[in-house]
Amino acid sequence: MKNTIAERIYDFLKNFPPFDVLEKEQLFKIASNVKVTYIEKDHFVFKQEENPHEHFYVVKDGAIGLYRGMDNEQILVDICDEGDIFGLRPLIQNDLYLMSAKANEESILYAISVEILKEIIQTNEKVKKFLIASFSSNIKTPYAKGTNGQLFVNIEMLQTSNTNFTEIQSAEFSKNPVTALKTSTIKEAAQIMSEKRVGSILIVENKNPIGIITDKDLRSKIATGMISIDENVSKIMSSPVKTFKQKITVAEAQIAMIKNKITHLCITKDGTTNSELIGVLSEHDIVVLHGNNPSLLIKKVYRAKDITALKYIREKTSNLLQGYMEQNIPIIFISKIISEINEAITIKAIELSIEEMDNKPPVKFGWLALGSQGRKEQLLMTDQDNALVFEDVSQDKYQPTKQYFLQLAKKITEKLNVIGFEYCPADMMASNPNWCLALSEWKNQFDTWIKTPTEDAIMMCTIFFDYDLVFGDKKLVNDMSDSIFESIKSFEIFLNFLGRNALRNPPPIGFFRQFLVENDGAHKDQFDIKSRALMPLVDAARLLTLSHHIKDKNNTISRFKKLAKTEPKNEDLYLSCIDSFKILLQFRTQQGLKNNDSGRYVDLNKLSKSEKLSLKGCFKPIKDVQELLNIRYNLAQMM
Amino acid sequence: MIRFFKKKLVPEFWQNHLEKVRNSQKYSNFENIRFVAIDTETTGFDYENDRILCIGAVAIKNNKILVSDAIEIYIKQAVFNKETVKIHGIRKDGNEIKLNEEEAVIKFIDYLDDAVIVAHHTGFDVNMINQALKRLKVGPLESKQLDTNYIHKKIAKTDTYKKIFSLEELCEIYNVKMHDRHTALGDALITAILFLKQTAKYKKNNALNLIDLVNTNYHLLK
Repeated sequence: MKNTIAERIYDFLKNFPPFDVLEKEQLFKIASNVKVTYIEKDHFVFKQEENPHEHFYVVKDGAIGLYRGMDNEQILVDICDEGDIFGLRPLIQNDLYLMSAKANEESILYAISVEILKEIIQTNEKVKKFLIASFSSNIKTPYAKGTNGQLFVNIEMLQTSNTNFTEIQSAEFSKNPVTALKTSTIKEAAQIMSEKRVGSILIVENKNPIGIITDKDLRSKIATGMISIDENVSKIMSSPVKTFKQKITVAEAQIAMIKNKITHLCITKDGTTNSELIGVLSEHDIVVLHGNNPSLLIKKVYRAKDITALKYIREKTSNLLQGYMEQNIPIIFISKIISEINEAITIKAIELSIEEMDNKPPVKFGWLALGSQGRKEQLLMTDQDNALVFEDVSQDKYQPTKQYFLQLAKKITEKLNVIGFEYCPADMMASNPNWCLALSEWKNQFDTWIKTPTEDAIMMCTIFFDYDLVFGDKKLVNDMSDSIFESIKSFEIFLNFLGRNALRNPPPIGFFRQFLVENDGAHKDQFDIKSRALMPLVDAARLLTLSHHIKDKNNTISRFKKLAKTEPKNEDLYLSCIDSFKILLQFRTQQGLKNNDSGRYVDLNKLSKSEKLSLKGCFKPIKDVQELLNIRYNLAQMM
Repeated sequence: MIRFFKKKLVPEFWQNHLEKVRNSQKYSNFENIRFVAIDTETTGFDYENDRILCIGAVAIKNNKILVSDAIEIYIKQAVFNKETVKIHGIRKDGNEIKLNEEEAVIKFIDYLDDAVIVAHHTGFDVNMINQALKRLKVGPLESKQLDTNYIHKKIAKTDTYKKIFSLEELCEIYNVKMHDRHTALGDALITAILFLKQTAKYKKNNALNLIDLVNTNYHLLK
């Protein structure tokens, strides 16, 4: 029989997970058995320690606060609003309510019989996963051991269960690779290659790979007559080889090839060079797997002869990024690949600029990427932030040297701008005389910022501390880092100032009643995902690694990874920070691609329920890591 | 002899109605009472000549609206008023499965059971139903009746004696979202939500019992 009310409830529920993944009949059955109930403001739906009701609840209108009583205090754990489910876990687990549910404003709830849901759970795997995910977001410590990251994993599975993640699939490598013994001559090896019709041969010793010979070696070293064909293979083989375990993913393989500028990887039993060779993975294997190939793009960068080519490659990279995001490939792989390409483009721009100069650089120098680029977290086209450091020179040579590098920096930044990295509006670029300095000047600059930590100085530190050498002399940069740590050591209170800065944006808990959206300006009523969610994590990771004197970790994820090892007691927290950071970065990138902007401001009304849910899960670790900073640096007193 | 004959003439559904309402034990405990929020769509406002097009009803028990205990009955029309089609959208030969008036009324009375009727401007809906019952030579309804309009007047502090509140006005006052206006079951649901909110308010000052609520009525069956 027709039931208009059930139809309306059906229409409402179908917008929200897990109801959105139910079969039509299943959802209609639920809708037809809903009990609608009204709760006045400040009245309880249920109280902590009560026996569970027969129903769980979905908020139709209003807002329900979930509270947990601890030591006579009611702590607000979560706020449920339109479409949120609560009070389900105790019903499934036959447990008492762990929290009280109280109406923060008058609310209309749909009470749904748990029995109907139980039937559905048994037949619908997606619903089951969603529920496990939402349970773990409702418990007090979502990153308790064992459930670590489960929320995120599950959400990801929900979204991607039908997509093909080639990047994290194990790469298909050729088993039974063609080999020659270490004692073979080049001629013997070439004969085997020709017989087996392969382009490369691995040289083995006791079944362990020690080198590789490719067609290219034969062309460039034998056919040219440089080396006799009767020599031993060791004369021309590339050695040592790069070895990996069987489980290498496509993305890892790509990165390894790009990084080492090689085209073949060896797969061995335990992943080291001292174990049995079981296969070989060539670039070709990957190209076959992948039409749109980042290593091809990098190759094109190497071969690029002018800016136009680079600009074209950068545009291609945006397409690649879009494709990756659509396939829901883990953000960590995406950011690695995009960063590699950006870096290659920057290096090429620098090389082209040096060629244009009248003279070679007078002394050693280093080109530094700053901020998000320095942290390799820049996915979308944002503006360029860079700096230049050059070797100290005698006073009489200082001016001409500085002039040279300023001129060079101007050429580089111009090129980057043409390629698509817009000029930094705050002029934080190496072409600015303030940020094109000799090593000792940089040391002084950092020392001043650290020892007179004004608000501006701290702001500068947050940008300049995240530097990454893109091109040039590694030693200069190491010197710089050492000097920064020295300065901090002699002025530890600096860390407290940095800590205060890290807490300037409160955690966005309460997001869904929207009191933490921007209050004014052009982005009124939007959520600033950069400063309210990403930056607190970036700042916390920077501060904590500095306090441990950890060098060479300039990326938020690798910083937290290192921190998790350094402070085992906070491992869970730091790992959950990584999960949050990944989700937030992915989210910002998606938003940016969708709206063709920096992705910084998010319109909450345009988010789907599962997007909201996964964002919401990210805020807890932010809040907790900020609390940790607060206690560790005694910041309450400083505020 | 005549009396015996008459009793024989009373149809079974009506006999059941009278017995259930008269013998119900539930009215003493508010949590056990089954309320039924009803709304009717009609061809017009003339009790004599207009007819019910649709009856929508949903039950409320212990402060919960039971979606599974709802009914939506469409009635075949002998009389038809083109003008009201614009409001309720029920055409003479629409797609809904329709019953004739007798089947519809019997079905509704069976559904009603011993429930207390809740409606907005209950007098109108009950009168329309009573007219239909009269054509079946029975009636009027003996169910207890409540009216959200009168309950509001009792709750409202200001002197609202003369004012008659429309459903829209009450939705505004009680912050009830209006969906599916002018479908019988849609209006019944709105009325039911309104009733939940009103009883919650009413409870604050008075231990809630049916007698009190029924006393908010001025001219309905008590």
